[in-house]
Amino acid sequence: MKPGFINGTITTPNGDVPRVSTKWSRQDVWSTIKVRWAFGRNNYQVRPGLYATGSPDSTSKVYVTSNFKLSFDHLRRALDGLNAWILVLDTKGVNVWCAAGKGTFGTRELVYRIRAHKLDKIIDHQAVIVPQLGATGVSAHEVKTQTGFKVVYGPVRAADIKSFAESGYKATPEMRMVKFPLWDRLKLIPVELTYGKYYLLLIPAVFFILAGLNPHGYSIDAAWSNGGRAVINLMAAYVAGCVLTPALLPWIPFKRFSLKGLTVGWLIAVLFLFLNLLGSSVFEKISWFLIMGAVSTFLAMNFTGSSTFTSLSGVRKEMKLSLPLQIAAAATGFIGWIITRFI
Amino acid sequence: MKQLTYLKKVVTLELDMQKCNGCKMCITVCPHEVFDFREKKAFIKNKDQCMECGACEKNCPEGAISVRSGVGCAAGIINGILRGSEPSCDCSGTKDSCC
Repeated sequence: MKPGFINGTITTPNGDVPRVSTKWSRQDVWSTIKVRWAFGRNNYQVRPGLYATGSPDSTSKVYVTSNFKLSFDHLRRALDGLNAWILVLDTKGVNVWCAAGKGTFGTRELVYRIRAHKLDKIIDHQAVIVPQLGATGVSAHEVKTQTGFKVVYGPVRAADIKSFAESGYKATPEMRMVKFPLWDRLKLIPVELTYGKYYLLLIPAVFFILAGLNPHGYSIDAAWSNGGRAVINLMAAYVAGCVLTPALLPWIPFKRFSLKGLTVGWLIAVLFLFLNLLGSSVFEKISWFLIMGAVSTFLAMNFTGSSTFTSLSGVRKEMKLSLPLQIAAAATGFIGWIITRFI
Repeated sequence: MKQLTYLKKVVTLELDMQKCNGCKMCITVCPHEVFDFREKKAFIKNKDQCMECGACEKNCPEGAISVRSGVGCAAGIINGILRGSEPSCDCSGTKDSCC
């Protein structure tokens, strides 16, 4: 079936090329929202190949992107009003930056596509514009050696393409910078929330069931009261780690994500302490501080993968200390919490 | 907005200024303004901003830059530990994809 964004064809010396709309349909908007919540995110793809916007000719620019539909949609929307070619690389549905890190958005695939779609027959200027974040996988000088095509690095964000084109295809320092503002972080939170997958049901369920244990056997009433509380505490720690910490990232003290997460997790725990949600015995309260801290700090540490400024060496250093402590705290807290069922 | 920074003095980025031909490609591809330019040569201005993405190394025609690049991602590192391989993220499900 022909995708809805195709609205015509452009005839070239190498056959017909599909022309795409530069507007998002209601369907595109809806799918974007769904994919931001991780629904169908692993199979949100467009077919790799050559596309056109407007009425491009042999002098028009070629913009390269990945076949993750979200990347493709942002590019075609940014090309509104321009006559251009779009060359979509096969990145297995992964966005440009991540695919470049893996090498699927890379020299080999770009060289292959330039040849396969006979770009030398379609355009006469021998240059392609690659998003700057693709540079992690693409080697401009190797592409030049292998194909004769020049790689021009465009802006980080598709939204800057118009001003990039207007300024003579030069990306300003501003366009080259990756920032991580609040709105960008908020857009990632829905996917972060789905991180726990089925553990999100499994772990609270285990707590809920075990909450019924008591010195005399098992009590359904205790499961309801203690278990309900346990589920609330766990969920709060989860939210602390994968919603509050990412959203408030620059304003939480410490450089280490694990410490940021611990700070937020414990702030919530202190709040819950005053709300009498952490149980009556000191032993149980301490257990909850350990569990909630561990959950929040672990999830916050995982946000390094979504952030745009953490280095592998840095994350390694951070984890060397944090991961064993997180595991120890979670285990001690869990055992402590079970013991409190019997005292 | 001020740039966010991560842990200091951990980054593996090196630039051999003897080899630099002054093409400025590293400045073009770096997402965090790590490099600057002085007397026809690039130099590392802001090493702690480096996120080890490897774009500069890949695009330096003289091979003057080296960095141990990879994903700065805790989940990826855990995956690596579990599989005994290099850090690799596969958060988007299918086996050979990432992030």
